[in-house]
Amino acid sequence: MVLNIGPQHPSTHGVLRLKVKTDGEIVSEITPIIGYLHRCFEKHCENLSYEQVIPYTDRCDYIASMNNNFGYVVAVEEMMGIEVPERVEFIRVIMAELNRIASHLLALGTYGLDIGAFTPFLYMFRDRERILDLLEMTCGARLLYNYMWVGGLSHDLPVGFVEAAYDFLDYFEPKVKEYNDLLTYNKIFIERTADIGVMPAEVAINYGVTGPNLRGSGVAWDLRKAEPYSVYDRFEFNIPVGQGIVGTVGDCWDRYWVRVQEMLESVKIVRQALQQMPSEGDVHAALPKKVRPPKGSIYKRTESPRGDLGYYIISTGKPVPYRVKMRSPAFTALSVLDEIARGWMISDVLAILGSLDIVLGEIDR
Amino acid sequence: MSQDILNILKNAFPSAIVEQETETGDYLEIKPGEWFEIATFLHDTPELHFDSLQCITGVDWGPEAHLEVRYNLHSMKHKHKLEIRIVLDRETPEVPSVEKIWRVADWFEREVYDMYGIVFTGHRDLRRILLPDDWIGWPLRKDYETPETYHGIVVPKIKEEWE
Repeated sequence: MVLNIGPQHPSTHGVLRLKVKTDGEIVSEITPIIGYLHRCFEKHCENLSYEQVIPYTDRCDYIASMNNNFGYVVAVEEMMGIEVPERVEFIRVIMAELNRIASHLLALGTYGLDIGAFTPFLYMFRDRERILDLLEMTCGARLLYNYMWVGGLSHDLPVGFVEAAYDFLDYFEPKVKEYNDLLTYNKIFIERTADIGVMPAEVAINYGVTGPNLRGSGVAWDLRKAEPYSVYDRFEFNIPVGQGIVGTVGDCWDRYWVRVQEMLESVKIVRQALQQMPSEGDVHAALPKKVRPPKGSIYKRTESPRGDLGYYIISTGKPVPYRVKMRSPAFTALSVLDEIARGWMISDVLAILGSLDIVLGEIDR
Repeated sequence: MSQDILNILKNAFPSAIVEQETETGDYLEIKPGEWFEIATFLHDTPELHFDSLQCITGVDWGPEAHLEVRYNLHSMKHKHKLEIRIVLDRETPEVPSVEKIWRVADWFEREVYDMYGIVFTGHRDLRRILLPDDWIGWPLRKDYETPETYHGIVVPKIKEEWE
């Protein structure tokens, strides 16, 4: 039997259609059909100046816009050889990590919802709200920030931000135990996710799966450690990897658990960044008069909450990029679905899909 | 790209390499013909061990010029990188598919095909991925003209030039 899941379905996290071939309850083949949200991001980029591309990157992965900005500006800065003031680097890291926590909270909350646990969703959204408040305080927007510019930031931190950020971290850290009690070690949740959709490390690498999904398979690969960009080499943090605590390494529960641990690591990074951040510095000091990278091309990748976010930019020395290609981590994560979900039940497919944490805005671009 | 990688490749495939690395970066231009063999070699040779294909980018150098495909490879074990560039003829752009070696190339190649019309020979399921199946034309080519309507829906005009 062929079953259509989506394009409008609560568990597809956007507009995604899955064509599922089944034999009774057992899935024999999945064909994801994507492109419903295609907005020609790459074509638009060829008609916009380098600065004008930044708001478009916001709209790709709209759950973690700061990280999208970050990847793009780091790539353009490397092309142009701009040295960014230290304060700017620290603020960027703080914003990116706060946004990472917010993104993981959304991923975990909706994952619980997919499985049938309604309460954790409300708890996690309550806390995500506080991060959005912090980001709103900084740049005025709650979802699409356009905060990081090539060579700097749109605004400096507002008065009182550092205190508010510390307040949030103190509030947030104990809450992780609450999530663990509610969802992580919940018997029903474990039954639904442990040993389900096991992704071996070789399969993950071959399919280009990165980020928490790859780490869930037991590979300690994190670009913040492996190829440190910005000031990530100055912070102490661990790379949580899946250990198969309740099941097999690389199952849905491991991917979930890696995200929970990563939030705690991000808290550590934000704390250190707040302490080490220079208190003075002009965030506009290094803004170039004209963003016009020299002829050439660059492939730069950074660690977004979903994995390796790469930008391939080709410049011909004009104020508009000749080509911008975005290598989206969710795109590759979705392509592995068919491989790991074959042989499972239909209800497990939704558990596996949710554990991959895809954002369709980024897949379709 | 280190000199070692270049030497290993030159010894194995003396005729396929077009151009050596230049000042702008670490890349290698090769001819499309032997690409599948080179890719297998890059993936399987223990000293190279390029197990991860990062990205496939299509480029159009204008209506008078050629198309190009660029592959960014990375090795999780040796932590080295390599960029492969393949220049293709505009009229019959064909390049061997590497989707059997790196499965991630499956969707990447479909995307490049979708946007540029570059045919990856040997691909198991080469069809459009982001655009609808009945779309006409290759949108990321520089000479693409936006259709005025799609199934009776008027397509809003975008600005021609950046101001």
